[in-house]
Amino acid sequence: MSELIFEKSQEGKIGFSLPELDVSPSPVDFEIRKEIGLPEVSEPEVVRHFTLLSQKNYCVDTGFYPLGSCTMKYNPKVNEDLARMREFALLHPEQPEETIQGALELLHNLEGYLCQITGMSRFTFQPAAGAHGELTGLLLIRACMEERGEKRDIVLIPDSAHGTNPASATLSGCQVREVKSDQRGGVDLQDLKSKLSSRVMALMLTNPNTLGLFDENILEIARLVHEAGGLLYYDGANLNGICGYVRPGDTGFDVVHLNLHKTFSAPHGGGGPGAGPVGVKENLVPYLPLPTVERDPEGKFYLDWERPKSIGMMRSFLGNFLVAVKAYAYILTMGGEGLKRMTEDAVLNANYLLHLLKGHYELPYERICKHEFVLSTRPLKEYNLKVTDVAKRLLDYGFHAPTIAFPLIVEGALMIEPTETENRQTLEAFARALIQIEEEAKHSPELLREAPHNTPVRRIDEVAANRNLILKK
Amino acid sequence: MLASLGMSSVEELFSDIPREARSPAFQIPRLSEPELEAHLLSLGKKNRDLSQFQSFLGGGIYQHFIPHALEHLAGRAEFYTAYTPYQAEVSQGTLQAIFEYQTAICRLTGMDVANASMYDGASAVAEAALMAQAIGGKRTLTFSSALHPQYKRTLRTYAQHLNLDLVELPWRENGETDLEALPRGDVSCLILQNPNYFGVLEPVKMGADLIHERGGLFIYSFSEALSLGMLPSPGSLGADIVAGEGQSLGIPPSLGGPGLGIFATKEQFMRRMPGRIIGEARDSEGKRAFVMVLQTREQHIRREKATSNICSNQALCALRALIYLSLMGEKGFRTVAQQCYHKAHYLARALAEIPNLSLRFRGNFFNEFVLTLPGEPQELLDFLYRNSFLGGIPLARYFPSLKREILVTVTEVHKREELDRFAQLVRQWQGGLK
Repeated sequence: MSELIFEKSQEGKIGFSLPELDVSPSPVDFEIRKEIGLPEVSEPEVVRHFTLLSQKNYCVDTGFYPLGSCTMKYNPKVNEDLARMREFALLHPEQPEETIQGALELLHNLEGYLCQITGMSRFTFQPAAGAHGELTGLLLIRACMEERGEKRDIVLIPDSAHGTNPASATLSGCQVREVKSDQRGGVDLQDLKSKLSSRVMALMLTNPNTLGLFDENILEIARLVHEAGGLLYYDGANLNGICGYVRPGDTGFDVVHLNLHKTFSAPHGGGGPGAGPVGVKENLVPYLPLPTVERDPEGKFYLDWERPKSIGMMRSFLGNFLVAVKAYAYILTMGGEGLKRMTEDAVLNANYLLHLLKGHYELPYERICKHEFVLSTRPLKEYNLKVTDVAKRLLDYGFHAPTIAFPLIVEGALMIEPTETENRQTLEAFARALIQIEEEAKHSPELLREAPHNTPVRRIDEVAANRNLILKK
Repeated sequence: MLASLGMSSVEELFSDIPREARSPAFQIPRLSEPELEAHLLSLGKKNRDLSQFQSFLGGGIYQHFIPHALEHLAGRAEFYTAYTPYQAEVSQGTLQAIFEYQTAICRLTGMDVANASMYDGASAVAEAALMAQAIGGKRTLTFSSALHPQYKRTLRTYAQHLNLDLVELPWRENGETDLEALPRGDVSCLILQNPNYFGVLEPVKMGADLIHERGGLFIYSFSEALSLGMLPSPGSLGADIVAGEGQSLGIPPSLGGPGLGIFATKEQFMRRMPGRIIGEARDSEGKRAFVMVLQTREQHIRREKATSNICSNQALCALRALIYLSLMGEKGFRTVAQQCYHKAHYLARALAEIPNLSLRFRGNFFNEFVLTLPGEPQELLDFLYRNSFLGGIPLARYFPSLKREILVTVTEVHKREELDRFAQLVRQWQGGLK
């Protein structure tokens, strides 16, 4: 069943027809590699192998995928076809600029839309993912501080933040100080004040945060950080909860990253490629990575490599261009009003689902949520059950599990993000399953502990896999 | 739904957002599907893609033939609409594919362990340098000036606030890195790209031995993954970390992204490796299964102490690479690699015979070479362009001293007639000079 492609190999087989070498061979002054160990399989065997593998995946196209903070919305098919057009996919980054005018125009337009959506001045498309964007943003802030002649090396990060935030701060050469959350799930203002100093470079904030809660004190937070001479970084993972209602730029954020694979529907690809473009206010524009996309007075687009204050490059070329094509197509499909409607539907779906589940699972913060919310499975400890058991049992009901055990400040967290592309029937079916599981927990906890029962494989022993590491064949 | 929440308007769901900070309405048009398609087509028509040229562009992004079966398989929604395999029991497709990818990468590179991939070659090299620094604790990193210029740029960006010394080793007259310039003192690592940006084959073994003598790690980088089908494996030459670009393995040029960051190392450094790793496991019934392992290195657990901030991979691109390698297989992959070599040498020979033209470097190369021209490179490139040829990359763009040089890349997609025509056009241009 789970035979590897290497285990299907039979000497002499090949899945491709090669043209003959049509030039005379040249001398080779090194020893040509004799053996690599690649599989030898026919095309039908390859096709069957990977088709069967694909069928062992749960995906958005087959079911509800409420993975919190990942925004697993439907990925429109037309976007896939458009990004696959050879007019985009068959472009070399070193082609003359006059031959990639359409691509540059697309990036220019998309940049304009993202600026409008976030209230920022300019964007770079270099970062390949959200975490990559975080590092980019922090380096931009550092560059700005250095030019001001300020030595600031502390990044403040709430205890509810994504794990990438502190990891990115370390990579930018800064130290991390954690800011506590208050009773309502927002930033604890007293704790923030006590940690602000002349060494603080930035506060990184996700708003709505990983609890799905909008920080009502955001204007005050921004004022405090700016007064102390720091800048505000916006982690755009949760933009789907506020798009069209409030712009990070209007609430005091100086830098944002967006996840085009979340809010703007580019598919997640099993882990990537995504895209994490970074937007900045005017004062940070000079430091943006190389190159930027510009338009000259005649309307011709070009890449600007002459930016003396730039932080440099975060990777090669222009970032994940084809992901940007999909996001561009999505934004135009939605239009300005549609983007606002997207958020309304996402928030309505989340609040409705929360309403259905309230009373069955512990709700640590009783408030209107945005696009996601967090429940706790703490009471199930009584039956010796963990949040993982609930998650695995959900798989038996035909649903993907929510994000679990995160954020860390909620014990046994279930972080649920339904997105706007699910209908009421799906939400209700999911709620029924979770409520049923709560019943099962009380009466037959082993059903949860031994779950999943009807998936391609049963519960996997991760401890053993980590103890006896097998990382290749 | 609103009514069950006791609300009469959806606005009430946003009452927690301060009034004074409300967003203005976006001025973004809404297009129907036919309008959207027409708009994107019109933008596409403003490009001239590679199918309209004979292209000899390379320098980090390559045009290779992509088998049709690959597009169909990687285009399956079960792969591309899933995410990180957090729930392993319903993600065995992605997990097994990545495990197979790791296996393929280990075999290609001759290394013990590979991660599930990174963003691209440039960021993989930067991560490799930081990993070497974390292992050895020494603050001097050395790398070849013939490393891809954008990889160098990325490395400098990543390292700029980490209090490290970056030492760039010059290239020699033959195009190889000058290993004699390697500093004597404590050095954390040496990074060589092979073939280097000029296409020249580096004295890899010597570089590895030298840096090992000085207690540092050897990082082998590459931008043309097809070279691994012909050259000795990096592992056999002494590499401690391999970090390169896998775009050549079934991923279209895509204006440079997405690509595939390939990353592999020795077993002893495995716990210092950034990125996701998949391991073989058993389920509760003893069935073979696959699952993410070694997560205690990663940011969601270790936070500011993580080995890296990366929390995703380029899974779909890794899948493409795996399918490419499976379809090509042992024989196909090696054959394509050799075709690249022989066709590039055929063209290089033909061009070098033209009066006043010469190969800039004497060192042997794989499928890219630097050509020195008698005149301004842009004039030749423009002439070729008018004949629907993209002749190469003018190197002054990255190396100011190489004013008359262009980088020419040949792959298996070029037919002999195209190579002959290229040489003929260059001869014609040369004849028209003076």
